[in-house]
Amino acid sequence: MKRYPLFVLVAVALVAFAVGSCAGATVTPPTIAAPTSAPQATAVPQPTAAPTQVAQATTAPQPTAAPGGPTAPPPTSVGSEVRGRLKTVLDRGTLICGVSGQTPGFSALEADGSYQGIDAEFCRAVAAALFNDVSKVEYRPLSAAARFAAVQSGEVDVLIRNTTFTTNRDTAVGLEFLPTTFYDGGGILVEKALNAASLADLAGATICVLAGTTNEQVLTDTFNSQNIAFTPLTFPEANALYAALNEGRCDAATSDKSQLAGQRAAQLTNPDDWVIMDATLSKEPLAPAVLQNDAQWADVIRWVIYATFYAEELGVNSSNVDDKLANGDTNTKRLLGGTGSLGPDMGLSADAFYRVIKLVGNYADIYDKTLGPNTKFNVPRGLNLPYTQGGLQYSPPFR
Amino acid sequence: MNSSLPAPSAARVPFYRDIRVLRILAQIAFVAGVLLVGWFLWNNMVSGLARIGGTFSFDFLDNAASFALSETSLPYDPATDSYLYAFFIGILNTLRVIIVGIVFASLLGLLAGIARLSTNWLISKIAQVYVEIFRNTPLLIQLFFWYFVGILKLPRVRDSIELPGSIYLSNRGLALPWFTPTDTFVLWLVIAGVSIPFAYLVYRLLGRVRAPLIYEWRGGWAFLVWLALALVAAVVLDPFLPSIPEIRGFNFGGGITLSPEYAALLLGLVVYTGAFIAEIVRAGIQAVPRGVVEAARALGLSYIQTLRLVVLPLALRVIIPPLTNQYLNLAKNSSLAIAVGYADLFYISNTIFNQTGQTLQVILMIMAAYLVISLVLSAIMNLVNSRLKLVER
Repeated sequence: MKRYPLFVLVAVALVAFAVGSCAGATVTPPTIAAPTSAPQATAVPQPTAAPTQVAQATTAPQPTAAPGGPTAPPPTSVGSEVRGRLKTVLDRGTLICGVSGQTPGFSALEADGSYQGIDAEFCRAVAAALFNDVSKVEYRPLSAAARFAAVQSGEVDVLIRNTTFTTNRDTAVGLEFLPTTFYDGGGILVEKALNAASLADLAGATICVLAGTTNEQVLTDTFNSQNIAFTPLTFPEANALYAALNEGRCDAATSDKSQLAGQRAAQLTNPDDWVIMDATLSKEPLAPAVLQNDAQWADVIRWVIYATFYAEELGVNSSNVDDKLANGDTNTKRLLGGTGSLGPDMGLSADAFYRVIKLVGNYADIYDKTLGPNTKFNVPRGLNLPYTQGGLQYSPPFR
Repeated sequence: MNSSLPAPSAARVPFYRDIRVLRILAQIAFVAGVLLVGWFLWNNMVSGLARIGGTFSFDFLDNAASFALSETSLPYDPATDSYLYAFFIGILNTLRVIIVGIVFASLLGLLAGIARLSTNWLISKIAQVYVEIFRNTPLLIQLFFWYFVGILKLPRVRDSIELPGSIYLSNRGLALPWFTPTDTFVLWLVIAGVSIPFAYLVYRLLGRVRAPLIYEWRGGWAFLVWLALALVAAVVLDPFLPSIPEIRGFNFGGGITLSPEYAALLLGLVVYTGAFIAEIVRAGIQAVPRGVVEAARALGLSYIQTLRLVVLPLALRVIIPPLTNQYLNLAKNSSLAIAVGYADLFYISNTIFNQTGQTLQVILMIMAAYLVISLVLSAIMNLVNSRLKLVER
């Protein structure tokens, strides 16, 4: 009995020591990689041998490399030292992708448990580049209000969640935005019966909007600048918002036009009774984002996105990619890893972009699958056409 | 047994067996541990902020809020008013729910608690079912139920249910007739305020009159005096115009509208907390000794009189401490407002940190605000408790 305090003392000292050492470990940057960590193979893919190797990679996830070569996990190179978030993700073996989960056409949880939509496709594109396996994605559904905290705290590796690229988010919020995957504009969804032609027709209306979105600010700015009275009604998540709209709690809803189209088709009882007004309230470039100050990781996502644009420009899609790799021009071969070292230079394997196109597709493939004319949303491509066809999707050269 | 022990003064106890030294050491170690944890958390925050290139500053609070709010207790212009002011509006909206919620939850809990002990089988069973259902299901689910299943399923605004007295009920809320103040409103308010001490004077004077009709109802008489004064002043000054709700454009204009979001939150909090208070009231009443009740009945007091004059005052001493807990729960649960879209403190803060990215600072502000609200509430209840406590001599 008398020894009891002594044990407590020892226990407290141990806990204090453990916490102290823990703290010490966290304060120093936790991810300084060993220059030559074991699984990073020392064999550079031979330029000439690469095409065949790549072709095998699609059939078997573990490419049987040249004799004597390592049978290490696929993402290997010496081109660039892998560190920071990229190393974390590769070591973990899955990509944690922050999505909405409630936005049809962008990322929505389907009945079979999968996530579908253009945002989910880009999650898979990144996973394809990293792991050669589109199933290596862990989707993390986030509300609009929770999304930035999830990135700031490092809970998600990348945020692909129909997020508008703004100055404030890029600086004060601490994000790094990547190429815009969807150019959108703010719009208003109203009942056809209201015959609302202009915003002035909505004077006095109650307008539903999602909390923590740019739409919330745009709504206030637009209506106030035109001196139109309105009452906002804000909800934290889309399902609640469109349920309230369906019940007539609000007269209209505002969001990005593509989202309005998606939600109208998915959530409203009589989609045909509703119309998206012509007025465009704002520019809404929707772009993936990562935590700032990790250039290597940002580069990986950036060039995976550009690869889908560039592949469309080159006419490479998921069905002809093998043929293009074998018989395409130099630009095509360089993109697909048949020549050059674009992949290894950013810490990925040589065939990283080949995998993206093969397993997920180019931008047109992705768009047609998720929002195109054959889907129930049928969103016109508009600004999202390649620059060669009058749109804004433009990739820097891959060289 | 004692023979083997040394004599008390024979040898000094080594310091690591000395209970006095150990106590001090243990306290030092504990404080060191707390400091270490605090240091770790602080370091973690600073390094986290450094990682995303942020700074710890509250300057952003002066910027214009630029988001509109559905309900504001004070005038609010998003184009010019600051984030800090929006935060303040949020506190007011939260207090609006907490204060009204506490009043109604107490009333509901008192009624249900008494009903639970009723000798009438039906009444007692109804109270029991109420308590068991609402005490044992999550509040969030109840809020969704009230809002989406209860209130939003009411008729749309154009098919509103019209109740007598120009009251309209729809899924846009409850529209009630109200008053528009005129220029003389402030003057009238002053007169009505001054009349209150006057009515109290009447109350004290009537207390000296021994006629039962006057003495027993002196509170009512005093109120009537106040009402008469206020009414006369109202007729003379004409301080407000009636405002009747009617459909203007999309919504009801005129009158006053109780929003569905506020109603759902209030309903949810009142019904949920009321169920807990009912059990506390029941326990308090059962804690009053049977003999006291029987003595009261033997003196010829009726059931209601026994309850009002004997049982409840005694039960209150038992009830107050756990009741404080329930009030605090209600205050903290009000932060679930965000689920039904009511613009409370947490909801508005959520928007603020989303727009500014200053998550940490805003979260600290939210915690401080709720802490202050809870501590004030707790202090008030402690004051009440100490006033009601049995004074021991």
